[in-house]
Amino acid sequence: MDLKQIHELIKIVNKSNIGEISIEDKDGKVTIKQKEEQVVTVAAPPQQVYNVSHQPQQAQAPAPAPAAPVSAPAAKADNLITVKSPMIGTFYRRQSPDKPLLVDIGASIEPGKVLCIIEAMKLFNEIEAEIKGTIVKILVEDNSPVEFDQPLFLVEPA
Amino acid sequence: MFKKILIANRGEIALRVIRTCREMGIKTVAVYSTADKDSLHVRFADEAVCIGKPPGADSYLNIPNIMAAAEITNADAVHPGYGFLAENAKFSQICADYGIKFIGPTPAMINSMGDKVTAKETMIKAGVPVVPGGHGLLENIEQAKSIAKEIGYPVILKATAGGGGKGMRLVWEESQMENSYNTAKIEAAGSFKNDGIYLEKYVEEPHHIEIQIAGDQYGNISHLSERDCSIQRRHQKLVEESPSPFMTPDLRQRMGDAARKAAQAINYESVGTIEFLVDKHRDFYFMEMNTRIQVEHCVTEEVTNFDLIKEQILIAAGRHISGKDYEPKMHAIECRINAEDPYNDFRPSPGRITTLHTPGGHGVRVDSHVYAGYVIPPYYDSMIGKLITVAQTREEAINTMYRALSEYVIEGVKTTIPFHLQLMQNEDFRNGHFTTKFLEGFKLK
Repeated sequence: MDLKQIHELIKIVNKSNIGEISIEDKDGKVTIKQKEEQVVTVAAPPQQVYNVSHQPQQAQAPAPAPAAPVSAPAAKADNLITVKSPMIGTFYRRQSPDKPLLVDIGASIEPGKVLCIIEAMKLFNEIEAEIKGTIVKILVEDNSPVEFDQPLFLVEPA
Repeated sequence: MFKKILIANRGEIALRVIRTCREMGIKTVAVYSTADKDSLHVRFADEAVCIGKPPGADSYLNIPNIMAAAEITNADAVHPGYGFLAENAKFSQICADYGIKFIGPTPAMINSMGDKVTAKETMIKAGVPVVPGGHGLLENIEQAKSIAKEIGYPVILKATAGGGGKGMRLVWEESQMENSYNTAKIEAAGSFKNDGIYLEKYVEEPHHIEIQIAGDQYGNISHLSERDCSIQRRHQKLVEESPSPFMTPDLRQRMGDAARKAAQAINYESVGTIEFLVDKHRDFYFMEMNTRIQVEHCVTEEVTNFDLIKEQILIAAGRHISGKDYEPKMHAIECRINAEDPYNDFRPSPGRITTLHTPGGHGVRVDSHVYAGYVIPPYYDSMIGKLITVAQTREEAINTMYRALSEYVIEGVKTTIPFHLQLMQNEDFRNGHFTTKFLEGFKLK
């Protein structure tokens, strides 16, 4: 293969969705792979601690926010409402470790329904829904710290 | 030494603390309101936690939110900066209750100096000269008149819980007393929820000269000499410098000793400032004590070559201080750059900074949290930076300041740079002839 052919190949690859190409000659073997799917990370405040233990920790390098652990194949509708955290503390999906999840993907919610617990300074606060709808996505991992206005749930309004 | 400090503040002082923590290898947590999402202190800190909506009460003054942020980040100390919760005894106590070190004084020290009447009584007992006046809160107009007659007019009525010039009334003669008494009480009640007022002799054309002190947890007190803050507009400082052009070695010694006595009287821990009024005879009177780091601490840093935030952190971590006193080795001036329009009564000018160029060169220091593209929020104070110059003589420091101000470009908002430029050219200012009344006679061209 000469330089000109390689140039042509590069042009083709750049214009396409090809991520990897390997060619063996004497008229045999071509391998073409598409570009890897982009990893979806949830937009969140730039730096965040996400390891909540009550012992002093080693200094951690800032890392991306925790990725959404469960995402439903829901339509990315523009009408989805984001439920944001009204306070700072540790986010829990259950009233206590032995109790079931308060809500999960697909759960129907209406005003007053307890969606999660946020704990600060040993006080456990029940966070209630203010709208009627269905949980489409849970944006925070169980037992992780949340800040004011942090997106917690995506809800498809009823 | 602390592993992680949460800075319970914003703007330039938050940045200031973060910088020193970086040098000391201490991790930092910034807290911010939703209006400060793009603020520099948020970007510089190792971690950041949003603590509420823009109004102070919902965010920077919200103790539960700040404590929750400290909890989820495992901060082991809190630096309160200045303003906000810096002199809030309740906050200092809550930190102590939660085992988080408040980098500042104890609740008892804050309380003893926070109430102006109590502070004055403590000083009298300690043998620190105070402004002649009535002892304690005024009970009625007749009492006010009789005390005023005794100490001689003019007198000033002040709010015991006061600050920032509110709840104050100047009374030149007895006929004005009734009206002034009533309006002072109403204003005090409105501003501080406490209508207690007291009366003092009004020291005419005073110099405002303050002494920087530092105290450790073992009873040692050092002073780092004075700052002259007489250039004020409505009791807000605009320019500060050290040494004071009005100072003499004898006065510095007497004031330094008085400041030390004041700090010792309350067994003070951390850095703090004793403010004095000095009259034309160079007699000085205790005015108040600020139990926190101050805006103008940079001036003292430049002339004594100490990092005061570092000293404050070391003291909080249990370090002993020398107990030695320090005199200014250079001359430094600070100009507070505010987003205000000096041509329109210093009206605040929030908005987006479109162009920014900060000055540099020998003897120039800029402490600022703004950048090109930054939107100054309307919710907080208007100071957007501090420009400090240092030189071997006062004249050189002023010339460097003038040169630096000329290079300082801030577009998109109005700033007080034009005012400072004119001040640096003013003959009386350059000759060191000014008192707290100076700006009243200053006309902006």
